[in-house]
Amino acid sequence: MIELTARSPFNGTLPLSVGALNLSQVDAGQMTALSPRKGQGKALASAFKQAHGIAWPGPGRISGREGCRALWFGHSHVLLMGPVPDATLCQHAAMVDQSDAWGVVRIEGAGVRDALARLTPLDLRETQFKRGHTARSEIADMPASVTRIGAQSYQVMVFRAMAGTLVEEIEVAMRGVAARAGGCDHAIGNHD
Amino acid sequence: MRITCPICGERDRREFHYQGAAVALDRPAPDAGAESWDDYLHNRENPAGPTRELWHHEAGCGAWLVVTRDTVTHEMQGSELASALQEADS
Ligand SMILES: [Zn+2]
Repeated sequence: MIELTARSPFNGTLPLSVGALNLSQVDAGQMTALSPRKGQGKALASAFKQAHGIAWPGPGRISGREGCRALWFGHSHVLLMGPVPDATLCQHAAMVDQSDAWGVVRIEGAGVRDALARLTPLDLRETQFKRGHTARSEIADMPASVTRIGAQSYQVMVFRAMAGTLVEEIEVAMRGVAARAGGCDHAIGNHD
Repeated sequence: MRITCPICGERDRREFHYQGAAVALDRPAPDAGAESWDDYLHNRENPAGPTRELWHHEAGCGAWLVVTRDTVTHEMQGSELASALQEADS
């Protein structure tokens, strides 16, 4: 049997830091998309909670913690990150393994919101997008999942094939924010 | 232009894909006759004023919406999930 080695979607480009901002890879482990079968929404929510000990998240919300987290992931769609899903849930849900389908990063540090605001049309203001909120939207014209993990910490996911572009785009945004702050040697436009 | 998705809230227009008049939800019966099918497939009103349209929240939650928009002012007058309307009908 051929031994295959799993490779990161980011292929050695992460972590990277610019000014006060840090961009790192998240190894989310198993990722499974769950969608309730017709009329099974309530039954699935309670079976899910029973099986994994975390709530079935409502629209725009997450539940759980690092290592066992559920993200609202679109209309009738939740992504379980971490554990292998309990097999009995398939009575109520269509379950799709998406572990290899996404590139997942964390971006954090002072000014992180300014960097993301350069890339997404989401309203990220403090009163609108709080810790534990999540959204499907765009990052630099790529379909994305954006989640606020902490006060100055966000998780961003794009399709794995776009992982390289994601790093490039976020790095440019980070450099722009650092240049505005005036403190970064290798910020764009700071060559004199 | 901003569109309010019943699931996601108010979002930038760039997250949405425009499909056309909401007549697509009123599919005629297979034996409804050539005239009904001709209307359904090809003939559209071109109203100046409130219009019901299908929009797809493509880069958001993925839901299909029926959006009421005033074509004169571009005022967004409301939006509903297309799936909820279909279920209410059936
Ligand atoms: Zn939506």
